[in-house]
Amino acid sequence: MAWRRIKQRNCLIGSECNECKTLFYPPKLKCKKCSSSNLSEFKFSGKGSIVSFSEIRNPLYGFEKQTPYTIAIVKLEEGPMLTTQIVDFDKIEIGTKVESCLRVMHTEGHSGMIQYGTKFKPAE
Amino acid sequence: MIGIVGYGSYIPLYRIKTEEIARVWKRNPDDVIQNSMMEEKSLPAIDEDTATMAVESSINALKRAKINPKDIGAIYCGSETHAYAVKPDISLIGEAIGAAPNFTGADLEFACKAGTAAMQACMGFVKADYAKYGLAVGSDTARYNLENVTDHNMGAGAASFIIGKKENEILAEIEGTFSYTTDTPDFWRREGEKYPKHTERFTGKPAYFKHTIAATQNLMENLGLKPSDIDHAIFHTPNGKFVIKAAKFLGFKKEVIKSGFIVNKVGNVFSAATLLGLSATLDKAKPGERILMTSFGSGAGSDSFSIKVTDKIKDKVNLAKTTQEYLNNKKYVDYATYCKFTGRLK
Ligand SMILES: [Zn+2]
Repeated sequence: MAWRRIKQRNCLIGSECNECKTLFYPPKLKCKKCSSSNLSEFKFSGKGSIVSFSEIRNPLYGFEKQTPYTIAIVKLEEGPMLTTQIVDFDKIEIGTKVESCLRVMHTEGHSGMIQYGTKFKPAE
Repeated sequence: MIGIVGYGSYIPLYRIKTEEIARVWKRNPDDVIQNSMMEEKSLPAIDEDTATMAVESSINALKRAKINPKDIGAIYCGSETHAYAVKPDISLIGEAIGAAPNFTGADLEFACKAGTAAMQACMGFVKADYAKYGLAVGSDTARYNLENVTDHNMGAGAASFIIGKKENEILAEIEGTFSYTTDTPDFWRREGEKYPKHTERFTGKPAYFKHTIAATQNLMENLGLKPSDIDHAIFHTPNGKFVIKAAKFLGFKKEVIKSGFIVNKVGNVFSAATLLGLSATLDKAKPGERILMTSFGSGAGSDSFSIKVTDKIKDKVNLAKTTQEYLNNKKYVDYATYCKFTGRLK
């Protein structure tokens, strides 16, 4: 169920391995590096930089009204990388510093749920 | 002692100029500006709503308060445009800022004054020791029928205030509050309707001015304040002119409304209007100065507050983005983009 992922999606909460200190986003139940199951929640700062990006003109279902929109791989300052949407920008390039913000991802028609999630915008 | 320990604003990046709206509806922009003083207004990005803006302003309030979000025991959010009809914005806000799960709260609605009502609710909770801190938010994406000239005034934004009672944390003491409420149907929106309606000329004298003046005068009388004791004043801003008229009627100096006067640049942001004005004023106010704030919500009522700035303000202003910085950071859109971003394209 999508609601189980609200914390990781809206609050950038991943996990940290208590054995080898490796950080993960999205959160993992088992450490990919040392196989430990001893992990705890970790909140990322929301600061990072763009590794790669692309403008989407053939939208995913539910994203039609936002077209065109920009998808990027962002490397968080703590290390992990994630795929995300970039908003509120004039011009971005590889290396542009960004910060997280909570935005609407998509809405399920007029009567369905509003799905929120973390996106990124150029940092101040 | 009870007061503000943190505050924050949020204004979206996008603006549309009065001229651009006037162009589409073949109005004379000078007439519109003359009548309402509105030069431009803010609008939400396509993926912003009341809840996301409330999160942004609350994060700014937390940056200034420098408290553990888990100590926030109550969150109240006032809006006329809550993200859902049923499903609270405050649960999303509380989760996003790290206050969840041990807090109470509710989404409030009282036309444009639900934000200040949220502040009063937090004051009560904190004063009664039910919570260490309370978070009060006003957030709105104001909207009206596009063809109505009132649409020139409809803005978007949010402001948040963290209320506490530890004297060494308070950046502005709330000296008192007074509310004045009557059953006056000057403006309303029925269930399921997209846009509100109002009774044209009726909104001024018997609604806005009657309640604003009564709440302010009662509060000042209770606290023994004279107009000359007020350094800054904020009134609800359905347009620019009403504020100037209210200040004049109350016998305030002309300059007192200056620091909180941002309506000409953002529009009427409904429940966030007076609170954004307060946030903008705190950015500029000096220790020892007194701020008088009176909201107005149609239907109808006003909440008046007397707020005295403390020494703490000096260390707090620069911990988060100021209202002026939000005002300066902007991107103009044309009318078609305005329609796209505010969901008017079918
Ligand atoms: Zn490990």
